[in-house]
Amino acid sequence: MGPFVPDLISDQLNLVVAFVIGIAFGIVLEQAGFSSSRRLTGLFYGYDFTVLRVFFTAAITAISGITLLEHFGFLDTGLVYVNTLYLLPAVVGGICMGVGFILGGYCPGTSMCALSIGKTDAMMYVGGGLLGVFLYAELTPLLGDFADSTNWGSIYVYDSLGLPKGLFTFLLIATAIGAFSVVTIIEKRVSKEAPSNTFPKFTHRGVGTAALAAALLFVWLPNRQDTVVDEVSDPAYQQKHPIQRISSDEVAFRILDRDPRLILVDLRSPEEYASTALPGSANMGIPDLFKKEADVLLAKKHNLKVFISSDGQDAQKAALVAHKLGYANVSVLEGGFDKFRSLILSEGSFRIVNARWDQDVQRFRTTARGKLIKMMEEAKAKPGATLKKVKKIKGGC
Amino acid sequence: MNPYLAGFLLGLVLLITVFVTGRGLGASGAMKSVVATAVPVVAPSHAASNEFYKKATAEGNPMKSWLVFEVLGVVVGGFLSGLMANRLKLQTEHGPQLRPRTRLLFAVIGGGLFGFGAQLARGCTSGAALSGMAVLSTAGFVTMLAIFGSGYVVAYFFRKLWI
Repeated sequence: MGPFVPDLISDQLNLVVAFVIGIAFGIVLEQAGFSSSRRLTGLFYGYDFTVLRVFFTAAITAISGITLLEHFGFLDTGLVYVNTLYLLPAVVGGICMGVGFILGGYCPGTSMCALSIGKTDAMMYVGGGLLGVFLYAELTPLLGDFADSTNWGSIYVYDSLGLPKGLFTFLLIATAIGAFSVVTIIEKRVSKEAPSNTFPKFTHRGVGTAALAAALLFVWLPNRQDTVVDEVSDPAYQQKHPIQRISSDEVAFRILDRDPRLILVDLRSPEEYASTALPGSANMGIPDLFKKEADVLLAKKHNLKVFISSDGQDAQKAALVAHKLGYANVSVLEGGFDKFRSLILSEGSFRIVNARWDQDVQRFRTTARGKLIKMMEEAKAKPGATLKKVKKIKGGC
Repeated sequence: MNPYLAGFLLGLVLLITVFVTGRGLGASGAMKSVVATAVPVVAPSHAASNEFYKKATAEGNPMKSWLVFEVLGVVVGGFLSGLMANRLKLQTEHGPQLRPRTRLLFAVIGGGLFGFGAQLARGCTSGAALSGMAVLSTAGFVTMLAIFGSGYVVAYFFRKLWI
């Protein structure tokens, strides 16, 4: 499950990845014609809307791709960097950049691309850019905390507008396609050499209509988490997919044996978990199973995952969800934590019926109780040692 | 290249970047790294008393950043594409009514404004606007509207530069 930084790709390797991505970025920008300042500024004068077409097509491609990757469980968007909105600095900075665009003819990314093919104006632009950063640095004392003012947090645009995410995505795609048709009409009126004169008319319209129709899917794209949880809650589904049950004695034995292939997932509330929990267990809820944090823990095929809840009901559901998400070797603690507590962790609940066998069981449980309670106290002293926290990625310029 | 195809490919590059690294593309951050490296070398005592340089150098060498390597890639990629398309040529591109020297002057001023604004807005057209829009952040949309909106407002007054 993505993103692969920093667990699969180290910080060092990430720099190599950055260089390779940069090459692809540079090639696409240059091929799009972004190495020409006259083409870039055409957007503001109506003779060439290439920038608008490339920019919005790129945005909706990326948005659609990210939405689908998240939907099918390939990407944990909770870890992806979302830039924070500092409203006033963003607006004032944006105005500086807008004026800079008209005067300079480039933005920083396109200027790098243009200088690489020998545009002297782009070289001067980059020099100017460095001066601008220097000026900003020198003015930091004067600006005070303006740059950190009006912090609205890392918010999403659909929340800001109060729209469902799917509907917003559709409206954005519809707006982009609408804008494409309007600018094509403008462009043809303003310039005889407009790029849209070379577009095959029917293909242009056909692809636009098809994209608009496909975008409608986003409005009805169901929430994957709800769909999966609903499906496994159905008794018929549960009958069809029996989940392996592990007895309290076996779990106790494996813990004492320090079995490296045992993974305990505790689904009880954080409060209950904090008060008593099995050593080495990780605390999470069913929604957490869809995240990368769970993926890191559960992805190892040959490890036995034991789901634990108070009475075993939630654990059953969680195990089915994990199974549905493709994790192998899932099981539940039979009777839940309550049964484990009464059988192993409390004294005197055992009646000897079969002399030979039962004596062994009793002896085992008595030893296990003492050792387990000690281990649990030790684990409590250094909490959070088991669940590997996956860090949110830092990005931005 | 057809602009829609180019846009689709740019979107794919951005999508792969987010999928693999969890972050977006950018450019102005590399300019910041260069300044944050150069100034402390030239004027160490001055840089030590300034918050901007202190913050930028707090996490080690600013040149060892993701965006610096990405921008190096952009230069290589742009060069390769220009080589393949036979567009490598030392030239000053300018509007029909403009002298090349005037164009270069405005390029410096425009670059300066962009560099300044990108620091204030925490990113440029790629880093804040495009990458922000890809993850549907409000900051991305606000920055995009501010850049292009103000561009349209002032475009008329500077039309001699381009048409």
